[in-house]
Amino acid sequence: MSASADRAAKIGDTMLEVKDITLSFGGVKALTDISFDIKEGEIRAIIGPNGAGKSSMLNVISGFYHPQQGEVWFNGKKRGPMKPYQVARQGIARTFQNIALFKGMSTLDNLMTGRMTQMKTNLFWQAIWKGPAEKEELEHRERVEHIIDFLGIQAIRKTPVGRLPYGMQKRVELGRALAAEAKLLLLDEPMAGMNLEEKEDMCRFVLDVNDEFGTTIALIEHDMGVVMDLSDRVVVLDYGQKLADGTPDEVRSNQAVIDAYLGVSHD
Amino acid sequence: MSPDFLNLIEVILNGLMAGIMYALVALGFVLIFKASGIFNYAQGVMALFAALTLVGFQTGQVPFAHLINAIFGTNVHHWGDGMNTFLAILLTMGVMILFAWLVERFVLKHLVNQEPIILFMATIGLAFFMEGFGDLMWGADIKNMDVGLPSGGSFWWEDVTKTWAAEGAEYYGMYIDVLDVWAAGIAILLVIALTLFSQYTKTGRALRAVADDHQAALTVGISLRSIWVVVWSIAGFVALVAGIMWGSKSGVQFSLSLIALKALPVLILGGFTSIPGAIIGGLIIGVGEKLFEYTIGGMIGGATENWFAYVLALFFLMFRPQGLFGERIIERV
Repeated sequence: MSASADRAAKIGDTMLEVKDITLSFGGVKALTDISFDIKEGEIRAIIGPNGAGKSSMLNVISGFYHPQQGEVWFNGKKRGPMKPYQVARQGIARTFQNIALFKGMSTLDNLMTGRMTQMKTNLFWQAIWKGPAEKEELEHRERVEHIIDFLGIQAIRKTPVGRLPYGMQKRVELGRALAAEAKLLLLDEPMAGMNLEEKEDMCRFVLDVNDEFGTTIALIEHDMGVVMDLSDRVVVLDYGQKLADGTPDEVRSNQAVIDAYLGVSHD
Repeated sequence: MSPDFLNLIEVILNGLMAGIMYALVALGFVLIFKASGIFNYAQGVMALFAALTLVGFQTGQVPFAHLINAIFGTNVHHWGDGMNTFLAILLTMGVMILFAWLVERFVLKHLVNQEPIILFMATIGLAFFMEGFGDLMWGADIKNMDVGLPSGGSFWWEDVTKTWAAEGAEYYGMYIDVLDVWAAGIAILLVIALTLFSQYTKTGRALRAVADDHQAALTVGISLRSIWVVVWSIAGFVALVAGIMWGSKSGVQFSLSLIALKALPVLILGGFTSIPGAIIGGLIIGVGEKLFEYTIGGMIGGATENWFAYVLALFFLMFRPQGLFGERIIERV
């Protein structure tokens, strides 16, 4: 079986679908009638020039923005207007373009907050600490240690993340999203501002996560080489409109996309 | 040791005790400020309200007795002999949790993402509302709080220290209020408990997460609103402890809410975001004002305790605006 056929076999049904999303801030339209879907098990890239509305799209999915029109369907159900924490509890984790970590807390604690959605003991047991709360804490601690191993960040377990270099912070943020054991992982420019080596590491993590845990991933990225290598399908946005949607090869040869990226002479 | 030196030690000791009492109030401020960036002006009134409610339950007062009597022409005041102190404390805690929930539901929820000054104004409103509500519910008379804590000077300590003085010196031992010692012990336990809770439990971690970054907290599935209820409940609990201590010391009366103002210089010294800072700030203020009164107070007419803390805070602001333990304010260019 060829590599691509192997890949195709892993990809399942539609997991998330956005339909005719329109989002505007005052008079400025950030997104206009955007529709696309994300299938179970795939790596889906969202690309486009600066200001295309990529991050806005991610914010709509994760509940930070509420679109004026359109619907979000997740796991075959239409989603009502949701708060970000409710989205997180549904199994959608994300990272941010400009890193949103708890800077004063250690790497370990940051990853433990990622387990928040999975922890069940009530305040009473937590206050007593012994019993269920302790057992649960240890269980989750073990899962977190696995992720620390996976990302190779043992050395910075106890370091407050505010003190870590940028590339490491990005990695910790990915770790926190992984700790949530989400079904869908949204990565907003996971490789922005990284050097080549860090980018390669990050690519490997993204592929491994997808491969080993079967996590569906949607990512925004500017590095075209990375996008074309990693993703199964790509959706291209420009000025809040959808330009193209398809496999990397299809997108690469799409005239509208080439024009948007390279500019067209208006003669 | 000379009596003068022993007197000095006594002043410092009493200063430390007073400082812990200030720290108790300051602690409540820090908790809420850290988690939500709100300077809760009502913290002092919360302590007063908690103390009023506790005494009310304990002595079996009928809540809103005046109101009921005025409307229905009845003459109710007590429903019985009151209840067990422990039960009363639990019930009061329940009231404080209910209060936290109401504050979130009717005040904070509508002010999300507003300027800090607006939230501050809201807590001033809250303070006045609670003050009036407390009066209406339990009456405005000064009440005596007795939860069974021992009080009065310690004879044991007096006897022990008497022997420290040099042979033949005229010295009668140090005075220390047993209640203050209890307050100190309870305050220390409270801080240890709060620290352990915030370090090692899920909710504690969520509290720290919210204090650190709201957006990130939302992303990992923390509901800000329920965390705020938890924070205000804990602040209510701290207020209850402070209310019990201050109430036992000087009676449950309106002036209790004014000790909140003393917490301000404590916070300026310790930093608004640091729990250890609140304790150390409290101790510095406590010792500082007692020492100042003892050494210099006499020369300038006394009663310096009323203003010394504020002047010290003002002085501090010039050199360390973020406080001793507060987060450094660094402007990036």
